[in-house]
Amino acid sequence: MSLNGKRILIAKPGLDGHDVGAKIIALALRDAGADVIYTGLRRSPDYIARVAVDEDVDAVGLSILSGSHKELVAETVRCLEELDASDIHLFVGGTIPREDQDELREAGARAIFTAEMPLDDVVAAIDADLAS
Amino acid sequence: MSDASSAPKSEKQGAYMEPPTRPSTTTPSGIEVPPVVTADMVREPDQGMPGEFPFTRGIFPDGFRGRLWTIRQYSGFGTAEESNERYRFLLDQGQTGLSVALDLPTQCGYDPVDPIAKHEVGKVGVSLSNLAEAEILFDGIDVSGISTSFTINGTASIIYAMYCAVADKQGVPREKLTGTIQNDILKEYVARGTWIFPVKPSMRLIADTILFSNEQTPRFNAISIAGAHVRDAGSTAVEEMGYTLANGLAYIDELIRRGGDVEKFARRLSFFFYVHMDFFEEVCKFRAGRRLWAKLLTERYGVKDPKALMFRFGVVCGGSSLVGAQPYNNVVRVGIENMAAVMGGAQSIFTAAFDEAYQIPTEHSAEIAVRTQQIVAHESGIARTVDPLGGSYYVEWLTDQMEDEITKVIDEIEVYGGVTKAVEDGWLQMKIAQRAAERKRKVDSGETVIVGQNYFRREDQNEGVAELFKLDPQASARVIEKFERLRDSRNDAEVAKSLAALEKAAADDKQNLMPYLVDCCHAYATVGEMVATLKTQWGEFEEPVRL
Repeated sequence: MSLNGKRILIAKPGLDGHDVGAKIIALALRDAGADVIYTGLRRSPDYIARVAVDEDVDAVGLSILSGSHKELVAETVRCLEELDASDIHLFVGGTIPREDQDELREAGARAIFTAEMPLDDVVAAIDADLAS
Repeated sequence: MSDASSAPKSEKQGAYMEPPTRPSTTTPSGIEVPPVVTADMVREPDQGMPGEFPFTRGIFPDGFRGRLWTIRQYSGFGTAEESNERYRFLLDQGQTGLSVALDLPTQCGYDPVDPIAKHEVGKVGVSLSNLAEAEILFDGIDVSGISTSFTINGTASIIYAMYCAVADKQGVPREKLTGTIQNDILKEYVARGTWIFPVKPSMRLIADTILFSNEQTPRFNAISIAGAHVRDAGSTAVEEMGYTLANGLAYIDELIRRGGDVEKFARRLSFFFYVHMDFFEEVCKFRAGRRLWAKLLTERYGVKDPKALMFRFGVVCGGSSLVGAQPYNNVVRVGIENMAAVMGGAQSIFTAAFDEAYQIPTEHSAEIAVRTQQIVAHESGIARTVDPLGGSYYVEWLTDQMEDEITKVIDEIEVYGGVTKAVEDGWLQMKIAQRAAERKRKVDSGETVIVGQNYFRREDQNEGVAELFKLDPQASARVIEKFERLRDSRNDAEVAKSLAALEKAAADDKQNLMPYLVDCCHAYATVGEMVATLKTQWGEFEEPVRL
């Protein structure tokens, strides 16, 4: 399993300040060989989409624990579309209730990760998805 | 496309993992525990009396016999009206203090109409953008008869000013106010993320609230120095206490710089921690922290008044120790943590609801959380005598070990150059992130056992709870409508005048900003307006991103 050569943006949209999950994933992806960029806190979906395009990333991982995942995912997808960047794969992590996961997938999230999933599985899933 | 989202299972994980047959021999903080502890291993078997220096056994001579701890459940969501209704429900159920959860826009200093607040109004707490909302929040609740805790940091001074203004409006003398504002910005930079201003002006604002509170609301705790969030973000119990005491010392230095008298203000410093699952380590963390704080204040600042040496703290049981898998097991976890909090001598306790790992508690789960405390308080008998574990060889030995390890953490920060530098550089943030990654790896590898998650699973186990809490989707629209109505109806000249005075005072380091903020609140200036005014003078914190 290797993410060598892959560029991934880990982002915190909205006002949520819980960044541990984002940082853990960033570290794990970096350990797996990816070039990881982390936005820091309180970024708008528009800003995240622009950074994703400017940095020419393969994937964006949104970390959301504030309960605003539906709105923030939809808006990020829209912002990526507007920049003609729908080819960038979108992943979502955080406190995402099971009932909401299908809706996020339909909106464009390629996979959804929650805190209890083993890191190796998260990395493997991203790896498999980017290879597909 | 991969289907990573449907509960992936690595080979090491879940039902495939062989359960351990022996307990681990080290605590989560990494202290190696001998199979048996004997008297000769304890540094000082006699820790003196509770209520006496160094307070290892507690700060009150009679423990909980004088008064039980405050049962204080964190709560608040949606509009002020809905939260007011929930508070009245909790008070009717025997809760003895209020704990106000605020939404993220209020915590980060944005009004509900700000574009960045768009999706977050009323989500993780109640929206409290101006005095009119605070009046609704406390409608029918006599603020002189209840102690209220606000989990607020970046805008703590403003929310505290608003609470003073509510008292003024209710005709309650301010000196009768009791409660707490968290008001601990240092840990926000490290773990919780609701910072606004750079470190220096933020420290000034905190000193201002404490000094103002000493005079105007002498029974109110204007700070609750919190290790809880650093803990939940990934640190060990030892680091939680170490970082918190280091932050406490940094606040003392700032208060002294601004002319405060340590004998006086130290009496109102309070603390806040998590209780996680390792029972004895948690109990000993509190015993060691209490002893170390009293020693540090004596040795470093020459504090003499016993009341100023007393380490008073609240706790929350739950947080990241709660598990999404088999969620009803969390009732048991919180019960154990609740007992550790009592054995450790906490002054106020918040027990999380079993479903709090992923949603705002329902009325049903919130009630079980309160009942847990009442069972511990009134059925278990553990509150009957002070420090019931005191004198146990193991407990005294582990307290010694914890004290030594906590001291090392404080020393390490001081060697680095102090808390402020550690935070500005992102050094502390990086350490926490690395520790969190380590904690996660230990769970993934099975070194740390979490029942129902990495061991003792069932293929068909129910991960969800029966009842889901649903926020009213119209709540945020109602908040915005009320906000716009307020802006149309208030006296604009008064607002402008109070904000101009605030701006002028912010530019002058010698001024205490609290009276200006209270004036702004009375004029119905909004949180967003006050914060924007202060930003013109101070700018914003620039987050160091370091991995």
